Formats: sequence, C-alpha cells, structure tokens
Amino acid sequence: MYEGPVQDLIDELGRLPGIGPKGAQRIAFHLLSAEPADVTRLQDALQRVKEGVVFCEVCGNVSERTRCRICQDTRRDPRLVCVVEEPKDVLAVERTREFRGRYHVLGGALDPLSGVGPDQLRIRDLVSRIGTDEITEIIIATDPNTEGEATATYLVRLLQDFPGLSVTRLASGLPMGGDLEFADELTLGRALSGRRSV
Amino acid sequence: MYVRHLQLTDFRSWQHVDLPLEAGPTALVGANGQGKTNLVEALGYVATLGSHRVAGDAPLIRHGAQRAVVRAAVVNEDRELLVELEIAPGRANRARVNRGSATRPRDVLGILRTVLFAPEDLALVRGDPGQRRDFLDELLVARAPRYAGVRSDYEKVLKQRSALLKSAGAAKRSDSADLRTLEVWDGHLAKYGAELLAGRLDLVADLVPHVTRRYAEVAAGDTSEVDGPAGRVAELEYRGSVTGLPEDYGRPGGQRADPVTIESTLLSRLAEIRQQELERGVSLVGPHRDDLELVLGQAPAKGYASHGESWSFALALRLASYHLLSEDGAEPVLILDDVFAELDARRRARLARSVAGAEQVLVTAAVAEDVPAELSGARFDVREGEVRRAG
Repeated sequence: MYEGPVQDLIDELGRLPGIGPKGAQRIAFHLLSAEPADVTRLQDALQRVKEGVVFCEVCGNVSERTRCRICQDTRRDPRLVCVVEEPKDVLAVERTREFRGRYHVLGGALDPLSGVGPDQLRIRDLVSRIGTDEITEIIIATDPNTEGEATATYLVRLLQDFPGLSVTRLASGLPMGGDLEFADELTLGRALSGRRSV
Repeated sequence: MYVRHLQLTDFRSWQHVDLPLEAGPTALVGANGQGKTNLVEALGYVATLGSHRVAGDAPLIRHGAQRAVVRAAVVNEDRELLVELEIAPGRANRARVNRGSATRPRDVLGILRTVLFAPEDLALVRGDPGQRRDFLDELLVARAPRYAGVRSDYEKVLKQRSALLKSAGAAKRSDSADLRTLEVWDGHLAKYGAELLAGRLDLVADLVPHVTRRYAEVAAGDTSEVDGPAGRVAELEYRGSVTGLPEDYGRPGGQRADPVTIESTLLSRLAEIRQQELERGVSLVGPHRDDLELVLGQAPAKGYASHGESWSFALALRLASYHLLSEDGAEPVLILDDVFAELDARRRARLARSVAGAEQVLVTAAVAEDVPAELSGARFDVREGEVRRAG
C-alpha cells in the first residue's frame, strides 16, 4: 500500500476495464513523473468527455453535437441502417469502408441476467425512425453470441411486418485468411448452414 | 491409443515427475497420499480439460507454484503426438501440439481419449440426476466435440431465460414486451435444447446394449435364485421432461432422434406451461430437467440395488463407455483409479478379465495385492515424490 493520493489514484485506475493492479500502479507512477502540461491535458480530456460528449439524437452514437457526423453527412445513404450494440461497433464497421449507410446504436443487447430488456435498449427509437425516415433495409450487426443472437431474433420478429422493409443479418462463418482445417466445429457448422450459391 | 510418456511440473503434489509408460496394463502402487491419483488425473485433464475431482483449475497447481505443466506423448495407430498444457489460474491456459506454436486448449481435445473409473462413480448410481446428465454429456462430447459448444450455448440461454422468467414473474406483469422477448428465448432454448436432447437420446440408444452386456459380465454369478440363472438385466431409460416425443427415441433399434421434431415439440410444450413457468420463475422443461434412469431387472437401481450391484452398475457404465468409444474409432486409455480395493474377489477377477485385453490400462492401488494377476504388467512404486519402476 502506498500513502494517500498515490494509492487513491492506483485504486481509481484499477477500477477501469482492462487494467489490473500492476497496470494501475505503472500508470500512476508514470503520471507522477510526467510533465504537468501532459497531466493537465489528460485532465481536460477527461473533463470534456463527461461534459462535452452527448449521444446523437438520431442514432445514439457518441457525438459532439446533437446529431453525429454520420447522421449529418448527406452523402451517406439514408435508406440503409446498420444496427449495432455499442458505439465501438460503429467504428469497427466504419473501418471496413464498405458501408455507406447510417447506423443505429442499441446501447447493448438483451441480457435478462443484468436486467436489460427491450425497454433498456434504443429499440423504440429504431421503430420510430423506420416509421419516419425513408429506410428500406435494416442490417442487424449484433455480436454473434447468446445475447446478440437473441437481440437479432427479437428485432427480426419486431421488424418483419413493416411493409417494404428488408431485414438482413451479418453472415457468420469462417474468418478470412484462416485455414479450414483449424476452424472449430461451431464456426464451420455455421458456415455450412449459412452457405451461399456462387 | 496409449500414452507413451507423461511428464508433470508443479501439478498437484508433484514438483516434477517423468513417467515412461507402455501399452498393456500398468499398475501404480503406493500408500495413500503419495500422489497416484494425481498422475491419472493429469491424463484425464489432457483428455477432457477438466478434473474428475474438482471443478476449477486452481487446486491442480502445486501449492506455492504459479503454473502447472502437463506433457503427454500419445501414440495413436503408430503416430505419436506430444500434447503440452500449461495451466495457470486467472490467465488463459495454453496448449501446444508437437512443440508447434501455441493453440487454444480446446484444439487438443480428442488427441487423447480416456475412460476413467474412480470410487466417486458410485454417485452415478446413487447420486442426483445432475451427475447422470453430466455423465451422458461428457460421453457425448468425447464422441463428437461439437456438443461442447451446443452444451455451453444451451446453458447460457437457459440462464438468461430463467432470469427473465424470474423478473417477469416477480413483477406480475406479462406485458407484450416481456412476452415477446420470452418468445425469443424460447426459440433459442428449443433450438439448442433439441440438439442436445437428440444427441443424448441417440447416445442412450447406442449405449444400452453395451451396458447390458458389461453388467452381465461384471455381475455374473451374483444372481440369487429368485432372479434365475441369467441374473437381472441392466438397462437405461432416458426420463425426459419433454413429453410427446416418439416412443422409440433413445431405445436401441428405434429411430434416430430428429432435432427438428424435438424442437417443435419442445416449443409447444413451452407454450403450454408458460403460465406455470412464470409463476415459479424457473425453466421447467428441457434437457436440464432430465434424468437417466438405471434399471435393474424391473426396478430402478437407485434405492433398490444392493451395494455390490450399485458398484457393478457404475462399473458397467464406464466399461460400456469404453467399448462404445472403441467402436467409434480409436480405443481410449482405460484408467481404474483405486477401484480394486472396493470390489470383492469375484468381481475383481471378472473386471480384470474383462479389461485385460485393452490397449492400455492404468491401475492405481494402495497395496500390490489389490492388483489382480490378470493385470500384472508393468509396475511402478509411487513413494515420497518419486515414481520407481518395480517390475
């Protein structure tokens, strides 16, 4: 145990995701020996993230203004909406540079164990968005795990009755650059059942 | 298949041990607490990535050590593979095959297959249904590793669905949003549940003839006059919570279980008992509520079988697993941990005869006299942290 403020800082850092006790200690001592200007910059960044960042009123992504950059961008195709769980998933899809539509961030997935139901997710906003905007296709890009799959199924059931709306789900299967022989049975099984004609 | 070499570092009581093995019977003899079972437990770990004695990995590491390493050289049809597993609690375990680059531990599943019989197995006959379900599921995974994924998916969905039932039931409201998500979880539960159930039913159908045969072999001569010369017949009945399935599912000679049929049956059952499930806040049907009934003659073995009969039944289940796996392909390594001391002379001799022809049998015993003459192959003395070849 260190004395006073140093230990306080280590404790606070240790509560962050992905940082263990050793890492927290390392960061704390780095900050202790850093230039005051660097620490002030970090301090400001922390302050701004809590005060300045808001969630986009349309898609729910993190944003500086009431509408995020993607929702404001008129070059993006307003007919396509990709539904993801978290803002970091938006970034992941953006990195592909393949998708030119817009997004909808749910803020999680159905997870009854943690008390998350449809009302805790931004599903109602999605439905009203479909009602008003000119959306023709919803691409469901939730995580391929138990909770993500359940959320996808729920959305499919909810959205299937909208006229003129097609609902698609990201394909799941073999990773690129991998070897077939090393694929595990579950992935390979899914890839088999989701095969497409060429 | 057989294990040619086993090396342990900081595993259980062993700081370091090198154990050269060969095909055929091998006895590990030593007083209690010398670490015999730890040796065979390590082999079980290589085969199943779990221990037959504890649930977590932490107790497997020698007290005071950071990590344990298990190395096993496995020979299968003249091909040798070296499996290395590093067990470190709090971190991801690592595995290597033939000194290649590190892979996920689950990729080594199937390289070594073992069937282990230990005194704890008496609980298969006398214990609660959960132990028999685990027995079936473990055998299912050994036959087809795909079921490890099905099983864990099912358990995750089950947990989520039960949490939803509990909260929806407690709130005494069944507004449409809750019901709608419940339908989603129903669908996933039925999908994975049907796959698991179909796997189990087919497994039981395949297993029954083996169990009947092995029980007759082990228990021959136990019969009283009431039962007649043939003795009582051992059989298995899968007692499913999903009613309305075809009668001959899970019976030898019957039709193979069809996951699609089971899925729709399970779904309609869920719809029927929805109200009951909401009131009680638990999932009431599915493979997690099933039991495997062990039948001896006309009566269930649990509660009716004598002590000796219970032992014979537990043994018959393990021997049947061994023969079933051998039939599928590579013959597993048979491990008999401390069992001969528990058996009377007749059963001992019959068991020894029954397994003497196996490709590799590892036997642990406290005293050399407990090892039957039929299994007198290589012998090692286990004492004071060392293993010495004794014959």
